[in-house]
Amino acid sequence: MDKRIKVLVAKPGLDGHDRGAKVVARALRDAGFEVVYTGLRQTPEQIAEAAMQEDVDVVAMSLLSGAHPHLFPKVVELVRGKGMKDALIIGGGVIPETDIPALKEAGVAEVFTPGTPTTKVVDYIKANVK
Amino acid sequence: MSNEKIQAELEKYEATVAKAVAKFPERPNLPEKRLYTPLDVKGPEAYVDELSFPGEYPFTRGVQPTMYRGRLWTMRMYAGFSTAKASNERYRYLIANGGTGLSCAFDLPTQIGYDSDDPISEGEVGKVGVAIDSLADMEVLFDQIDLGKVSTSMTINAPASVLLAMYIAVGEEQGVPASELKGTIQNDILKEYAARGTYIFPPKPSMRLITNIFQYCSQNVPKWNTISISGYHIREAGSTASQEIAFTISDGIAYVNAAIKAGMDVDAFAGRLSFFWNAHNNVLEEVAKFRASRRVWAKVMKERFHAQKAKSMMLRVHTQTAGSMLTAQQPNNNIIRVALQTAAAVMGGTQSLHTNSRDEALALPTQESVTIALRTQQIVAYESGLADVIDPLAGSYYVEAMTDRIEKEAWEYINKIDELGGAVEAIEKGYIQKEIQDSAYKWQMDVESGARTIVGVNKFTVEEEPPKGLLKVDASVGVEQCKKLADLKAGKPINKMTKGRDNAAVKAALDELEAACKDENENLMPHILKAVKTYATLGEICNVMRGVFGLYEAHVSL
Repeated sequence: MDKRIKVLVAKPGLDGHDRGAKVVARALRDAGFEVVYTGLRQTPEQIAEAAMQEDVDVVAMSLLSGAHPHLFPKVVELVRGKGMKDALIIGGGVIPETDIPALKEAGVAEVFTPGTPTTKVVDYIKANVK
Repeated sequence: MSNEKIQAELEKYEATVAKAVAKFPERPNLPEKRLYTPLDVKGPEAYVDELSFPGEYPFTRGVQPTMYRGRLWTMRMYAGFSTAKASNERYRYLIANGGTGLSCAFDLPTQIGYDSDDPISEGEVGKVGVAIDSLADMEVLFDQIDLGKVSTSMTINAPASVLLAMYIAVGEEQGVPASELKGTIQNDILKEYAARGTYIFPPKPSMRLITNIFQYCSQNVPKWNTISISGYHIREAGSTASQEIAFTISDGIAYVNAAIKAGMDVDAFAGRLSFFWNAHNNVLEEVAKFRASRRVWAKVMKERFHAQKAKSMMLRVHTQTAGSMLTAQQPNNNIIRVALQTAAAVMGGTQSLHTNSRDEALALPTQESVTIALRTQQIVAYESGLADVIDPLAGSYYVEAMTDRIEKEAWEYINKIDELGGAVEAIEKGYIQKEIQDSAYKWQMDVESGARTIVGVNKFTVEEEPPKGLLKVDASVGVEQCKKLADLKAGKPINKMTKGRDNAAVKAALDELEAACKDENENLMPHILKAVKTYATLGEICNVMRGVFGLYEAHVSL
């Protein structure tokens, strides 16, 4: 039997909006994934450390403050720096379409914007985890 | 007509339509009944006790005797982004266009008590609001705005004391004494722990800061609303209407208890407590919620706290339309949602209102979008007729029955929270967070299953081009703000300062504040005011408090 997919749901930066993060975390858990939620106000260093400690397959970041152009790439860089070459790193939140190409360029595999059904996130993870 | 006769006719009606409606697929999430009648509401004998007249206990029909026949609500648009200078321009634009009060949005570092140059602030400076590092920024923020005339609401919680002190200092510079300042600080830490996230200190010192503000303002800033006890963010986090008012009123009970415990007389501060509700999509449920909340709070203040003054029992409320109900899809549809939410807030009897802009599911709003949102309020006020009579939906069988239902549900939650030891304990145990999360999850699952329709999201969808012309806050804002801050800290004059700050005076004021923090009997406000006037930064002041008070450890649960 395949190992259960393990996901770190993370809130980088100072943003306190965690409705989306918690709803997604719960939907992923209900879909059979193992889910760890960091809680609010995590630095990119803390997120990368947690990803390594928990040995996750996926890091799913949520941010609604507009700090994603700075914080998402930083998390990618630090997670990769820990030798986690295969970890799937995704993000979501209030993110304008125009910002998405740069985030993908920086290594964020996919970005989910407001209104996305949780099933779409589940399917994406299932299809893309290595 | 007697109740028996109505009952008999109702049964006849039900028998007739039962078969007919069985042919239609039932839509989920509907009210219990399809039709409400006099049998669902209390008779005229309950009128004076339960509804009464506007301005009369229990204030179900409104807190002022005249409501909008005397004066319309305050059209208070929440704004702030980038630098103090850019935000000042937006404020002056709003005032010039008929906005009647200011509402300041601060960026996250400011809300959590960090300076713009703190490593933790990187990427966040000027993003969700304006960056304020010191009194120097506050002077620019209110440049050419007469603080003796305008009323200002500030969405600031954990460091509310510091921002209030800065406002008082700007007022003094303009020649406006603190006793004449009008406005509100949000100052509601409990909902930060439960739903909004910009906490700094643990509950005990946080409650002390709040009661210190109540005390200080009752003597020095008597026209100031010392707190805005907020259900808005609880609702945004996913709660139901009943949970929104129940959890918020439980928070209110905790603040009143804390102030009484600190030795204050309830009537000395309760009149300056204010509330903050969400105006959500279900128009009639929202109207009922506003009405029920006034009745519950009045009963709490009279029966539990034995307040004597009518003002102490009045739930005065600011309202914001529901940000979480805005859709990124077909964003112009949001104009209609906001108009309906505005109608709900007005028929609910709000004292002031912020209307969201159509593009806020995507970014901060552009000036054009903000103008439409303000015009929406003006159209409701002057053209719709909704503001023409007081509490226009009173007596609607449905709205009265729903007001009673929401009140009942709210009391059940308030009693449950009392049993847990009050709001602080209920939050520390994660109870309130869990209830909110469960409601949020149910909402999302209902949307995904189609049990709840969101136009443009799960029904009536179209392929769209990404929207153009969104507001973008340049990353250079952070750089500029840090440069100014470096100059300030180095003792160089910035903005209109004639000489730089005196770093020895800053240190002395911070040392004095530290000593005051350690003495629980000391009111911190005068010490914070003194530090602010030396141009000590927000981060420097909050670091002193962090050193003494420590940090809040959040309850993480899923």
